[in-house]
Amino acid sequence: MEPLLDVRNLKVEFKIDKKWVAAVEDVHFQLKAGETLTIVGESGCGKSVTAMSMLRLLPKTTAQISADEILFQGRDISKLSDTEMTKIRGQGIGMIFQDSMTSLNPVKTVGKQLDEAFLVHGSVDPAEVKQASINLLREVGISSPEQRYKEYPHQLSGGMRQRVMIAMALAQQPAIIIADEPTTALDVTIQAQILELLKKLQEKSGSAIILITHDMGVVAEMADRIIVMYAGMFVECSPTKDLFTNPLHPYTRGLLTAIPRKDMDIDRLNVIEGTVPTLTDMPKGCRFYDRCESRMERCKNELPPLYTRGESSVRCFLFDAKDGE
Amino acid sequence: MATAKQSSYLRDVLKRFFAHKLAMVGAIILIIEILAILFLPSIMNLDPYSIDYMSFGAPPSAAHILGTDDVGRDNFARLIYGGRVSLTVGILSAIVSLLIGVPLGLIAGFFRGKTEVVIMRVADIFMSFPSMILILVLASVLGQSITTVTLVIGFLGWTEFTRLTYASVLSIREKDYVQSAVAIGEKSKNIMVKYILPNSLAPVIISFTFRTAQAIITESSLSFLGLGVQPPDPSWGNILYYAQSISVLANQPYLWVPAGILLVLTVLSINFIGDGIRDALDTKMSI
Repeated sequence: MEPLLDVRNLKVEFKIDKKWVAAVEDVHFQLKAGETLTIVGESGCGKSVTAMSMLRLLPKTTAQISADEILFQGRDISKLSDTEMTKIRGQGIGMIFQDSMTSLNPVKTVGKQLDEAFLVHGSVDPAEVKQASINLLREVGISSPEQRYKEYPHQLSGGMRQRVMIAMALAQQPAIIIADEPTTALDVTIQAQILELLKKLQEKSGSAIILITHDMGVVAEMADRIIVMYAGMFVECSPTKDLFTNPLHPYTRGLLTAIPRKDMDIDRLNVIEGTVPTLTDMPKGCRFYDRCESRMERCKNELPPLYTRGESSVRCFLFDAKDGE
Repeated sequence: MATAKQSSYLRDVLKRFFAHKLAMVGAIILIIEILAILFLPSIMNLDPYSIDYMSFGAPPSAAHILGTDDVGRDNFARLIYGGRVSLTVGILSAIVSLLIGVPLGLIAGFFRGKTEVVIMRVADIFMSFPSMILILVLASVLGQSITTVTLVIGFLGWTEFTRLTYASVLSIREKDYVQSAVAIGEKSKNIMVKYILPNSLAPVIISFTFRTAQAIITESSLSFLGLGVQPPDPSWGNILYYAQSISVLANQPYLWVPAGILLVLTVLSINFIGDGIRDALDTKMSI
């Protein structure tokens, strides 16, 4: 089956001190309809940049996106004009932002903003939009939606605002929903509710989700497939079960041992020594070289390509010989 | 949030405004003044143009409470009508400045790039003119009527609004809710008008009050110099013009002191109201 989204060789560059520096490069992935793909990685590794670049949400003056192809429903959206792109936004690909406090317009009621999300592409009759909004608010689990419809964002709790954000992303029934750390700003109990809601809505609508997070717990809960990013590159892409039982890349292994677990009695958590290389000073070889426990001589000067192993792919020379098995 | 127009929010804003003593004093003075300017002429049957041939430059009396000027016109009537002119010129020219300045600031801040450079540099050039001299020249070239004075003062005041709007647009366009509007597929025009403009209006409203006060002063200065509103039309500025004569200045204070006091009171009141609005819109102020 043809994938819903097929990203080939995506590269995002930022202008730093008048020079263009790649924040994300050599990104390839596919997304099937109804699938949940998560992108995990440390802060600053390029997760959000990757997601935002799909919708071209990065400021044009400082960011430059290039790709061989970004096929969405068989159409290359990387070559679309800005006007054509507005038709993809919301309708084809929706986005849920991280911070619901700042992502809603403070001067408009929740209801008006949601109406706007329905009306922007003229998919709903203006006379019926209020009812549609109220129904959607109810669907995302907001109690007394008629009342909430009239309220302003600051009158809602964080969890409720995030539900409104989800409703706005869902209003036009996009085929793909990008959720950029949708639960980071919420406390743990609300987090679980929001994830539950996302899952439920996904089952109902059949949308694919690209979930960005740094929380391995969220990943385990939600993902069908996981992409692990490090310093602007994908280092591993595996089905969820495989990644947790049999992590391939040394970085993934490091990440997994760094998660606190209640079934193991240890005094100190394992940490990955060292720091992420900076954008302006990327090593020539493997970007994880400095911190890697299984580094080899060739890793220093040569950037490993992505090797395929079963359903997974991994960017590490450890798998060179075994490639194509 | 800073500018949400919601019933409870609006109530908070009003509460803070009412609690602001100076702003309340200013508001009361201004309201009384406006009521007087609007209704006194018909109640008291005032006429600023008719000449009383029996008294030229007469001191205050029962018939003329503030006396008459050197051509026998009732000074009180002129003071009230002058208030109409001064306030109208002040408010209208501030509106003109606002209507030119805000859209330009919005466009410059939103589109950036070349548009921004052109608009903001033109604003800089305008700001480096000595505006009083420019107003003097324009007023004498274009003729001296209430309309031209209003337009000229208004036109030269746009830079303040442009810079103010531009600055707040720059910060607001980077806000997450603008990005979420882009993400639902809004077009740039809508984003500008529906998301950025309403959120950048608070400082503009405040600046509008100060601009009005300033325009009243500019009009008065112009009229005082004989280049603003021309007699027989009265304005506070050209009433003060009498004070240029030493004998009036010394011997007939009833001719010019009231206009001076009213001018100062009005400008102070408007500035206090502006202060009050600023504090009231600031959600961080305690109630």
